[in-house]
Amino acid sequence: MNASPNAVELAPGTHWIGALDPSLREFDIILKTANGTTYNSYCVRGDNGVAIIDTVKASHADEFFTRLEQVARYDEISTIVLNHLEPDHSGALPELMRRAPQAKLYISAKAQLMLKALVKIDDLQFNIVQTGDRVELGGRTLHFFSTPFLHWPDTQCTLVEEQGILFSGDVFGCHFCDPRLFNDKVGDFRFSFEYYYQHIMRPFREHVLEALELLEPLQLKTIAPAHGPILRDAPQSYLQRYKQLAAPLLHNEVGANNKSLLVFYISSYGNTALMAQAIAEGAEMEEGVRVSLYDLQASGGLPFVDLIEEADGIAIGSPTINGDAVKPVWDLLSSLAVIKVRDKLGASFGSYGWSGEAINMIEDRLRGLKLRVPVKGVRAKLIPNEEELQRCRDLGKQLAQHLTGNLERRVISMSELLSQES
Amino acid sequence: MPKANVTFEKLGVTISVPAGTRLIEISEKVGASITYGCREGECGTCIMKIVSGMEHMSERSVLEDKVLQENMAGSSHRLACQAQVLGGDIVVKA
Repeated sequence: MNASPNAVELAPGTHWIGALDPSLREFDIILKTANGTTYNSYCVRGDNGVAIIDTVKASHADEFFTRLEQVARYDEISTIVLNHLEPDHSGALPELMRRAPQAKLYISAKAQLMLKALVKIDDLQFNIVQTGDRVELGGRTLHFFSTPFLHWPDTQCTLVEEQGILFSGDVFGCHFCDPRLFNDKVGDFRFSFEYYYQHIMRPFREHVLEALELLEPLQLKTIAPAHGPILRDAPQSYLQRYKQLAAPLLHNEVGANNKSLLVFYISSYGNTALMAQAIAEGAEMEEGVRVSLYDLQASGGLPFVDLIEEADGIAIGSPTINGDAVKPVWDLLSSLAVIKVRDKLGASFGSYGWSGEAINMIEDRLRGLKLRVPVKGVRAKLIPNEEELQRCRDLGKQLAQHLTGNLERRVISMSELLSQES
Repeated sequence: MPKANVTFEKLGVTISVPAGTRLIEISEKVGASITYGCREGECGTCIMKIVSGMEHMSERSVLEDKVLQENMAGSSHRLACQAQVLGGDIVVKA
C-alpha cells in the first residue's frame, strides 16, 4: 500500500487529490468508521482551465494542498465546484480561495446560505448552477445535476462529460479508508457502503429515486464519490444497488386501498396494555385499516423502524414513571431519524399513577418528527375504567378515520381546541 | 369579534379563530406536522404554505420577508410564528 501524499490519476488530466483519515473511528458523532474514511477531492484539467471538485476537512488541508500542487498551480485554477457544503468537504475552501482568488465558485442554489455561513467574506462571489448547466474547461466539460437532499438540501453531482466521470458528492460514498482508492483494488467495503446508505441516505429515499432517474441514463465510466472508494469497476451496479436499497425493507402487505396503523405500548401493570387493546379495537371498527399491536418490552433488536417506515400511522403508549415516558419508548422515537416519518399520523396514550406527563411528551416528540397529531391522546389514572377505555376505542376509531379520510369535517372553535388541551 | 376560518389541509380540520391570531398559536394546538424553532421570525423553521386565502393574512414584515427570501420560499409561504389571520377563509398545507 502506498500512503504517501501523491495525487492519483483517474483518467488523463483528472486526479484524486483528497485526504486519507485512516484512524477515524467515529464520524459526525453518529457513525462508526471501523476503517476510517477518506475526504475525496478531485482536479480536472482542461485546455483553458483547471477545476477543483470539493475540498477536504480543515484538519486534512495540508495533505490536500500537497496533492493539488503536484497536478496544478494555484493561478491555473479557474473553477471550484462544491457538490456539498458540509465541513468535511468545504473545510479547506477558505484557504483554497485565498490561494486561488481568481477561481470562480459553482454551487447549487440551496448551498448559498451554507456557503455564507462557512466562508466569512463580505463580498463573496459565486455562481448558482442547476441540472443542465455546464462549465467549459477546454476539452473538458463539467455538467451539473441537481440532486437535492442526498443528504443535505444543497447536494449536487458533477459529470466530466468527455470522461464519463461523475463526482457524486456523498451519494454512492462510504466511510472506508484504503489508499488503494479504487473499488477493484481496495478491501471488501460492501458493509461500509450499505451502512452509509442506511444511516445517511435512507431518510431521503424518495430523493434517491429521483436522483437515480437523472443519473441512470448517463454513460458512466467512473463514479467518484466524496468519501470512500472510487467506483470505476461496474459503476452502474452501484446505481442498481441504490435502487434496491431505496425500496422499503419490509414490503407493506396491506392493499393499495388499505391503511396500516401500528399500536406500540409498554406497560408496568397491564393498564397501558388494556388501553392499547381498546385503541386497536376501535381502529378495527373502521373498514380499510389494518391494525397491528406490539409490546415494546420485547423490542430489543426487532425491526420496528422498518415497520414504521411503511406504516401510515402509529400510536405509542407509555406509562409515566418519574414524570417521563419510559426508555424503550424514547429508544423507539430516537431511532426514527433514519427513516422518513413526516406527515404520518401519530398519537399517544398511557396510564399513570401521579400526573401522566408521558402522553404530552410523546405527542411533542411526534410533532417534532413532523408527524400529524390531530387527535388528543388518552390518559388514564392507574386502572382504566370503562369510560376511559371507551375514549381509547374512540381514539382508535378517529385515528382510523383520519387514515381512511372518512372523517366528518367540522369547524372547531379556538376555545374548544384550547379546552381539549387542558 | 371578527373571525377567520383556518383549514389545515392535511389534518382535515378547520378552526374558527379570532382575527389577529398568529398561525403558530393555532397550528401548535391542532397538532399540525410543522416544527418551530426560535418563534421570533429569525430561523425560518416554521415556514408554512398558504394554499388559499393569502389576502386574509397580515402583510409580511421586513424581517419575515428577509427570512422567507433567505430560505428561497415562494410568494405562497409564510412564517407561522409571524403571520396573523385577519378574517375570511384560509387554507394551509399542514
